[in-house]
Amino acid sequence: MVKNDDFMPRILAFLCNWCSYAGADLAGTSRLKYPASILPIRVMCSSRVDPLFVLRAYLGGADGVLVAGCHPGDCHYQEGNYYTRRRFAALKKIVETIGLDSDRLRLSWVSASEGQKYAKVATEFTNKIKELGENSAKTKIFL
Amino acid sequence: MTKALRINESTEKGIIEFLKFLLEKGKVKAVFSLKKISDNGAVAYSLITDPDELKDAVPFYPLMPVNAGKLLSRFTLKEGTRKPVIAVLKPCELRGFVELLKREQGSLENLYIISSICCGVFPSKTEVDGNAEKNLSKYWDTVKKGEISPDIRSVCKACEEFIPYTADLTVDYLGNNDIDKKCLIYLNNKNGEDLAKDMKGDFSEKELDRKKIDKIKEKRLAEKKKLYDKIDSKMKGIDGLVNVFGRCIGCHGCSKVCPICYCKLCEFESPDSEYSPSNYETELRKRGGLKVPPGTIYYHLGRITHIGISCVACGQCNDVCPVEIPVADIFKKVGESIQKMFDYIPGKDLEEEIPLVTFKQEEFAEVEE
Repeated sequence: MVKNDDFMPRILAFLCNWCSYAGADLAGTSRLKYPASILPIRVMCSSRVDPLFVLRAYLGGADGVLVAGCHPGDCHYQEGNYYTRRRFAALKKIVETIGLDSDRLRLSWVSASEGQKYAKVATEFTNKIKELGENSAKTKIFL
Repeated sequence: MTKALRINESTEKGIIEFLKFLLEKGKVKAVFSLKKISDNGAVAYSLITDPDELKDAVPFYPLMPVNAGKLLSRFTLKEGTRKPVIAVLKPCELRGFVELLKREQGSLENLYIISSICCGVFPSKTEVDGNAEKNLSKYWDTVKKGEISPDIRSVCKACEEFIPYTADLTVDYLGNNDIDKKCLIYLNNKNGEDLAKDMKGDFSEKELDRKKIDKIKEKRLAEKKKLYDKIDSKMKGIDGLVNVFGRCIGCHGCSKVCPICYCKLCEFESPDSEYSPSNYETELRKRGGLKVPPGTIYYHLGRITHIGISCVACGQCNDVCPVEIPVADIFKKVGESIQKMFDYIPGKDLEEEIPLVTFKQEEFAEVEE
């Protein structure tokens, strides 16, 4: 793993349309500062995120993968994020058991009014990934 | 206490007698069982309607040419069997079938299940080498003593789920010194009792001998630890994955034989998984080189996320791998790690929902950061 101060992680973020994407928007319109490390992908619900998406991002060389959705109980589709939570817990366990770095995966609840929280999550996660260094899958030829 | 039937024949013969009785009395119209198909020791699952054909049936032969759960699913996929059929399954095959039933891939209608306290099966290679027949008497010797046969599959040696959960009848031969003289069948429910009614033999109330079960379980746990330690020593980081799965030739045999993989169009065989020239260019810009076609590790990890929760660790995938990747050993370990999170034993109970299609409102709060 390469570790240096110039390292700017590339973090793929799956943001749910109704809460977290709007939260990210709010962070922007409120002119909050957070690292430019996040590449957002908008999904209609966090439960749309097949664990395969996360694995593909990881193996594709993303330094971190963030899945963000509405707070439990606030899902636009009533219960999507409950499924997300279970799947994500299982995925993290799989990644851990298989000997990969589960700290590169993060699940956060960010509501549409939580621009502040979005900026905080982005900053925290970026710093964490900076500590972990670059994802070694990025330069693997056999995948 | 469970009702039990003791037939005063060897276990091998007693089962055949029992199945014959069921056919002759018309209690079932067909028997689904392993059957010898040639004199070179090859066996195959077969449906048998003629009682005389049962002479070549080998219900508890320690081989698993196919996970029979998958076969029963295909047999009952369009509609349940119209006439009563009894199927002889190993516990993990039964659990595989139950997992498929949860996915609406079959029907239990008119289907009776007879299973056994399983002592493991040989790898299919044993059959190819012609060693199955040769090792057979050694196998039954270890069964009598309640020990682990050295010739069975690695996942069988490490299996703790060797008692069937949902069978109508359970044959018990583990650790019985007198299997040459008697055949003990537990009648687990009303179906089992109805089937056994009027069969020649002694009926009684009995309980499984927990002590002998625990004894073998302990031995198997020790084997499991050994197996898991071996995996742990290999699977470290992305390099570990490359080392383990690097030999994969992409035949997808492991998914073809898996009792849980039932998708008609597999994600990994769909056009979505094909790489276009521009995909290659993107990857090459990062890496400076790329295995063609890419996606080997993605395939295996992806399959774990899809079926790990329901993996019954039958070991078929180990057997079919042409380059001897210990797929089943890895899936057993990883599958178990997530099954434990939900206290879920795949195939234990048909009514229990697959954990990933349900939820509780208050749980896993620690996963969110």
